Amino acid sequence: MSTNALETRQLVKRFGGITATDNVSFTLEQGSRHALIGPNGAGKTTFINLLTGVLNPTSGCVLLNGEDISGLGIHGRVRRGLVRTFQINQLFPTLTVLETLALAVSERDGFGRNPWRPAGSRHGIMKQASALADTFLLTDVLRNIASSLSYGQQRLLEIAVAFASRPKVLLLDEPAAGVPEHDRATILDVLASLPRDVSVVLIEHDMDLVFSFADMITVLVSGSVLTRGSADQVSSDPRVKAVYLGEAEHE
Amino acid sequence: MLTILFDGVAYGMLLFVLACGLAVTLGLMNFVNLAHGAFAMTGGYVTTVLLNDWHVPFLMALPIAFLATAMLGLLLERTLYVRLYTCGHLDQVLFSIGIVFMSVAAVTYFMGSQQQSFQLPAFLQGRFELELLSVGRYRALVVAMGVAILIILQVILMKTSFGSRLRAAVDDRRVARGLGISVGPIFSLTFAIGSGLAGLGGALGVEIVGLDPNFPLKFMIYFLIVVTVGGTSGLIGPFLASLLLGIADVAGKYYLPDTGSFAIYTLMIVVLLMRPQGLLSKAQ
Amino acid sequence: MHPAIQMTGRSRNTSFLVEQSRSGLAELAVWTILLLAMFLAPGRHQLLSEIAIVALFVLSLDLIMGYAGIVSLGQAAFFGVGAYSAGLVAIYVTSDPVIGLLVSAAAAGLVGFATSFLVLRGSDLTRLMVTIGVTSLLGEIANKATGITGGADGLQGISIGPLLGLIPFDLYGTTAYGYSLAILFLGIVLARRIVGSSFGLSLRAIRDNQLRASAVGIPVNARLVAIYTISSVYAGVAGALMAQTTQFVSLDVFDFHRSADALLMLVIGGTGYLYGGIIGAGVFKLIQSVLSDATPQYWHFWLGLLLVVLVQVGRTRVIRSIANLLGLGPRQISPQANDAKMSQPR
Repeated sequence: MSTNALETRQLVKRFGGITATDNVSFTLEQGSRHALIGPNGAGKTTFINLLTGVLNPTSGCVLLNGEDISGLGIHGRVRRGLVRTFQINQLFPTLTVLETLALAVSERDGFGRNPWRPAGSRHGIMKQASALADTFLLTDVLRNIASSLSYGQQRLLEIAVAFASRPKVLLLDEPAAGVPEHDRATILDVLASLPRDVSVVLIEHDMDLVFSFADMITVLVSGSVLTRGSADQVSSDPRVKAVYLGEAEHE
Repeated sequence: MLTILFDGVAYGMLLFVLACGLAVTLGLMNFVNLAHGAFAMTGGYVTTVLLNDWHVPFLMALPIAFLATAMLGLLLERTLYVRLYTCGHLDQVLFSIGIVFMSVAAVTYFMGSQQQSFQLPAFLQGRFELELLSVGRYRALVVAMGVAILIILQVILMKTSFGSRLRAAVDDRRVARGLGISVGPIFSLTFAIGSGLAGLGGALGVEIVGLDPNFPLKFMIYFLIVVTVGGTSGLIGPFLASLLLGIADVAGKYYLPDTGSFAIYTLMIVVLLMRPQGLLSKAQ
Repeated sequence: MHPAIQMTGRSRNTSFLVEQSRSGLAELAVWTILLLAMFLAPGRHQLLSEIAIVALFVLSLDLIMGYAGIVSLGQAAFFGVGAYSAGLVAIYVTSDPVIGLLVSAAAAGLVGFATSFLVLRGSDLTRLMVTIGVTSLLGEIANKATGITGGADGLQGISIGPLLGLIPFDLYGTTAYGYSLAILFLGIVLARRIVGSSFGLSLRAIRDNQLRASAVGIPVNARLVAIYTISSVYAGVAGALMAQTTQFVSLDVFDFHRSADALLMLVIGGTGYLYGGIIGAGVFKLIQSVLSDATPQYWHFWLGLLLVVLVQVGRTRVIRSIANLLGLGPRQISPQANDAKMSQPR
């Protein structure tokens, strides 16, 4: 039996009197495509923040490839291959596309500590950065600063940056939300062509995307796991329907 | 021992009166106003002139100092500060340092660079000799005013509709506007009251900490410590921070005349290391 | 790892980052002017030397503020440590200026490293408080330790031997200017190397978005400690240069005005392209000499007014129009973009 790519054990997070994450034990098998769904306020974002080290859990632990990473900071987890994209674009407004990608590649390879060699002088880094730009259709805007890109391009760059860190486990937080149709197709293509040695957690509202992409689904409601199973099992689960229908009525 | 403690408390109360306005503008309105001390200095000089040249009674001079400084604050807020609420902190820092430089030079020009002083009325001189401690009458007045101001501000902030509108405006300016709250006048009034309180503090402080044109620079660090250490979520934090700072400063300088002036910096560093978000912050 | 990504690699744009760290024509012009000044303004060497030193000091602030987004009103702390170290070395150890400079750099770097941990966490406000506080604290120490620093009388009896054992310091400040200019040049060359490196790129990322920076694997705190320490070394060297060229150190090295003026010069000169310090210091000294000739005691009033007007009119607009006037491209000077880290009020 191989170890799980990512695992949480009895993860709990309380803010004051509110329990945002309630005893969540989550497993992501190696190479799997796992979707995390749930209505608004189900605690998906808190859960992601606990996984990535933005928040520290009240109790419980996070394991990456069988190794406890609870004590690591955000960047330490990234270095070990746990990489995320952000729901709202979190980019470097004044850095160009090329600089952004080169940055991610050079940090991944541990060159960021070097205050001497010009960032652009490592051929390997620049080559990988422009290759990534090609893949994500950003070649034409390579020299433009991030804040000048269109929303769709910013989304693409957001995901490209995550790719540049060469993830073992990739957390995609609503990667296609708000993206125009043309760019959306690009994103879906790229996601589909991800190598199987990358395990993926997808947080998504768009059920079409969830069912086409994921082979496993975990449903989070009020901070705890409602159910988990294959796409078929979950889609036929009456409790899941109830949760989503309930939410639909509210909206 | 208790006397020192009391003097420290009085000094802390004075700091609170001086800084509470800043706790609101900086803490709540998020405007980095390093020129707060300039308003305090204005109050101090107004009082000195009133007492020494116009022979206005002390207790009458205090409200005048408050009003005069509040008017000045209102004027500057309407004309200059108001344009910078949406700017970055760097602009606010540069602007308010500019105000400080101008005020220091202007006061030096008009009033000279010497220390200012005035004669307190007889009923505020001397001390009450109690069993264990001896309480300066004037310091007792300062303490009483500090407590009164805390209570009044807290009531205004928490219980009145003005307070709730201010809190709404501070939380989210756009939403508040959407709710029909006129954010501009609320901020103006708040700024004016904050400046006025600084002026009152400056007036009260002449007797305790002295007054010269460098006042805004000398006390800038105290104000920043009060607001930062106290946290930005209300007035209780800055109040406690003021007391702590006052007691530490007075006790430090009394017991360790050589090194006591380091007490406030030590306090600043210790609190910062232990509670980076301020004294009363909720644990994350 | 990702065949889909790596197969399509092309390298036509890869030279971009290299280009960025290459010197431009404007740079050459700045250095030509500074060198020519050596010969064209022989009576002004003392002033020029002062400008070069202040420029180095402002450069130290640019490194943390322009590149890493740390706002500071206490850069004088390290200037002061450098100045006193250089003075004390000259009095007690050796009169060799270069050794004095190295010791001062180390001392300031040490203090910078120790205090860097206080500016890591927290907002602009906390950083302002800490930087002002640390400077006041050091000033207070210098004031109290009269046995070592001479207290309010200042550190007297500094004498500096010839530069490299060959060139003695003269009364007209010619050696001083040459020396300061050489160190400034060295400082800029090193700084350009640093900000153009992968490390420098990661600093700009931190300035832009700290959370995202850590999410691409950047150890944010370690990088900030590093640049803060480097910056304090620069400030310390500037302080040491001042002590050596004027042969006097007094408590005013820790003055709040010194930090505030540096901030102003940086804003005038523009952040985040290294030359803001030289331009800002030049313009500032010019303004200062005009104003203080007119009103020697009250020139800070006019300086304050300048600040208020600058901010009220919009410093980006003012500086950009001046920059355009001077023929420096708008791409080089963009204070707006460079304080992206300075968080917007709610």
